[in-house]
Amino acid sequence: MSHAVIIKKAVKKYGDFTALNGVDLDIHPGEFFTLLGPSGCGKTTLLRMIAGFNTVDGGEIYFDDRLLNRVEAHKRDIGMVFQNYAIFPHLTVAENVAYGLKAKKVPKPEIERRVDEALELVQIQKLKNRKPNELSGGQQQRVALARAFVIEPGVLLMDEPLSNLDAKLRVQMRTVIKKLQRRLGITTIYVTHDQEEALAISDRIAVMKEGNIMQVGTPEEIYKHPQNVFVAGFIGVSNFVECELSGEDPAHAQVDIKGECTLSATLRRPCSGPARISARPEQMFFGEKGLPGVISISTFLGDFIEYEIELDNGQTVQLNEYTKDVQNVRPDGTRVFVDFDMRAVSIYDAQTQEVISC
Amino acid sequence: MLKNRRLDFWFWVKAAVLLFMLAFLVYPFCTLITRSFFSSKVNGITLANYQRFFEKKYYYSALGRSLQVSVISTGTTLLVGVPMAYLMSRYNIWGKRFIHIFIIMSLMSPPFIGAYSWIMLFGRAGLVTKFFADTFGIQLPGIYGRLGIILVFTFKLFPYVYLYTSGAMGSIDSSLEEAAENLGSSRLRRLFTVTIPVIIPSIMAGAIMVFMTSLADFGTPMLIGEGYMVLPVLVYNEYMSEIGGNAHLASALSVIVVLCSTTVLLVQKFYVSRKNYVMTAMRPPAEVKLSGFTRFLATLPVCLVTFIGILPQLVVLVSSFVKSDFTGFQKGFSLQSYATIFNRLATNIRNTFTFSTIAILFIVIIGMLISYIVVRQKGWFAQVMDLLIMFPFVIPGAVLGISLIVAFNREPVILTGTAAIMIIAYVVRKLPYTVRSGSAFLQQMDPSVEEASINLGVSPMKTFFSVTARLMAPGVLSGAILSWITCINELSSSVMLYGGKTSTISVAIYTEVVRNSYGTAAALASILTVSTVVSLLIFLKISKGRVSVV
Repeated sequence: MSHAVIIKKAVKKYGDFTALNGVDLDIHPGEFFTLLGPSGCGKTTLLRMIAGFNTVDGGEIYFDDRLLNRVEAHKRDIGMVFQNYAIFPHLTVAENVAYGLKAKKVPKPEIERRVDEALELVQIQKLKNRKPNELSGGQQQRVALARAFVIEPGVLLMDEPLSNLDAKLRVQMRTVIKKLQRRLGITTIYVTHDQEEALAISDRIAVMKEGNIMQVGTPEEIYKHPQNVFVAGFIGVSNFVECELSGEDPAHAQVDIKGECTLSATLRRPCSGPARISARPEQMFFGEKGLPGVISISTFLGDFIEYEIELDNGQTVQLNEYTKDVQNVRPDGTRVFVDFDMRAVSIYDAQTQEVISC
Repeated sequence: MLKNRRLDFWFWVKAAVLLFMLAFLVYPFCTLITRSFFSSKVNGITLANYQRFFEKKYYYSALGRSLQVSVISTGTTLLVGVPMAYLMSRYNIWGKRFIHIFIIMSLMSPPFIGAYSWIMLFGRAGLVTKFFADTFGIQLPGIYGRLGIILVFTFKLFPYVYLYTSGAMGSIDSSLEEAAENLGSSRLRRLFTVTIPVIIPSIMAGAIMVFMTSLADFGTPMLIGEGYMVLPVLVYNEYMSEIGGNAHLASALSVIVVLCSTTVLLVQKFYVSRKNYVMTAMRPPAEVKLSGFTRFLATLPVCLVTFIGILPQLVVLVSSFVKSDFTGFQKGFSLQSYATIFNRLATNIRNTFTFSTIAILFIVIIGMLISYIVVRQKGWFAQVMDLLIMFPFVIPGAVLGISLIVAFNREPVILTGTAAIMIIAYVVRKLPYTVRSGSAFLQQMDPSVEEASINLGVSPMKTFFSVTARLMAPGVLSGAILSWITCINELSSSVMLYGGKTSTISVAIYTEVVRNSYGTAAALASILTVSTVVSLLIFLKISKGRVSVV
């Protein structure tokens, strides 16, 4: 049975340092949920608290309605895949996969059947009798996966499982993991610092920073509607432009960029004062008006062209044009005006760093 | 928070280990300190013992001599050990691998066998002395006294310096020296401005080992020192003297010895922690290929030093087969010495191996658990253990012996004269070898392997035995062999603790030498030497160079 994982006000402290600062999460049964953030943001700390390797210094962790705080790690009904795989070096592939089943006192014929099935699923049945030191990184990764899900845990935890693989294998294993998770339907909590990996693999993502959750949402929500400046900067490429808001009427707010151009936007609430526009490279275009500047470098990348533009105010921005939408590449040194797709960009209050645009 | 702490497997292990250390290390040592503040002549707490130590030349000069011998020996081992390490790690010395093993062998055999062999060669009735006197009529200078002690220590202990230094030289990345060369430094300048400064902490670590060992050694000065009284000998005499030994004064002396070695150790810790250049050589420096005469020139001193180092073992082996009677060695060979010891001293032989085997069983179990606690369990307890476990290194055997006696010679627990007290002394004293190599092994092991097992539903206790212990085994076993070698050779604590039925080989060698019964002593020493060499070869095979002997 797949569990829901509910985390209420989870706190972890190391001396004076607060590694986790009252985190709330509600992870649905069968969901592929990713904890994403830079190193030191508390994502691995939280994962290890769920696994039972870190004590919970405050708050509660539930699987469905079962409180886990005091449950020992080996009684939690969890499968875990470790960053360095943690394959038992003294056991063969099959023995590694059978290890958890033996601990559960599963009858021998059933162990054999389930081990074979698991190895089949990760396509390493041929390596059954090999020792771990005869396996490549990708193969060890598959053993670690098989060993974790063969015990049919209620929750599967993965701690940066792909970070030790080379780029090509990483993309390949990403698909293997995603397909496997869909097929088995086990609630999966996945930790990574790689935003591209998180976007590709997850049902939902929690972006973390310094022990806090910055935003929870689907990959699309997080990319298109970052809730704060941190998420906008951390996920994908964002151009930040300082501006001045006059938005007593939130439906028709004025956005003034250093006297160089004035735009209009719709806000969630009345707000005036310093603010910040965040625009993805594809949310900007070359227009008749807007911010004046010069193309410093243009890079043709096949399906799109990437321009680096030096604005007259000294700032550098990145703007993308899709090859199919344009006739030719604009040469370096061209004078241009950069305009914004105001329905797509996000505007943040400079003080709270929170989003105020709709 | 207290509610959070479960009474799990590791709680009980910690409790048991702590109890053991408290009972057999902390309590005896505290008793020793307390005793040093009492006197049979004065009522209540007194500084009389310490006062007496610093007033009477007989006592305080022993401290001076101890320090003098240790400092000089440290100097001489540096003079021998560092060049040896340099030659061995940088040049293609002939028979390098064998030389390396021989050097380790000379370290592992007990110092008093060295002293004993030097006496057999250069002593008053020594082979070489006699040869010179009979053939040339030349009277060689005496080997007894300070010179002899320093000579024995130099060739006995230079392997510490050699092993630490060559270990460090192997871990300097060659790019470091190449960078110096590239910046225009000459070969000699490079050696003194880059290579040596970088390995200085390791050389110091080796020097400290020499200093501590020579400060604590009892057998060598006892045998070859004759009138030259150093502290450990004084402790022994003070305690054992026939006309009512003075346990209070002996306790005070012991405290002074321990204070000396602790100070040195702390100074070294402070120094090393400030100046430790951690390096992992991606590319260790290549060996310089010498040929012909230059290669011979480099090999000659190395071989000579190594030969002198293992000479004591050769001497005892050969002389054990030489005919001898109460007047000394005779012409011709025989197995008579062996026949004598198997008749008369069979108990000692049996005791040595029985006590050591039982001690090793405890050492392996306790050592494995302590290594795990020290490496994996963080917090105050692990730190306390880490400190406690290294404490026996600082306590000379004679001192540990006395502290066990003063702690367990009264109701309710009387252990003096039993086999148990000998075994306890061995376990406490030799545990650090196993803990050190076990924890070194564990440190290289990723903790997530254990977590993977727990996570798959195996309890921490079962995980320890089915995964951790399995993977630690080579490290613990290697360390246990080192513990074993030092157990069978242990003299200084045995000589304090043995009773009529619990005498061991090393004690018998000591008493036989004192009785001038050189043939039997040689046969006994040969048994120890052969056991040591065999154990050492097994160690080298199992550890495959992953565990250092020092």
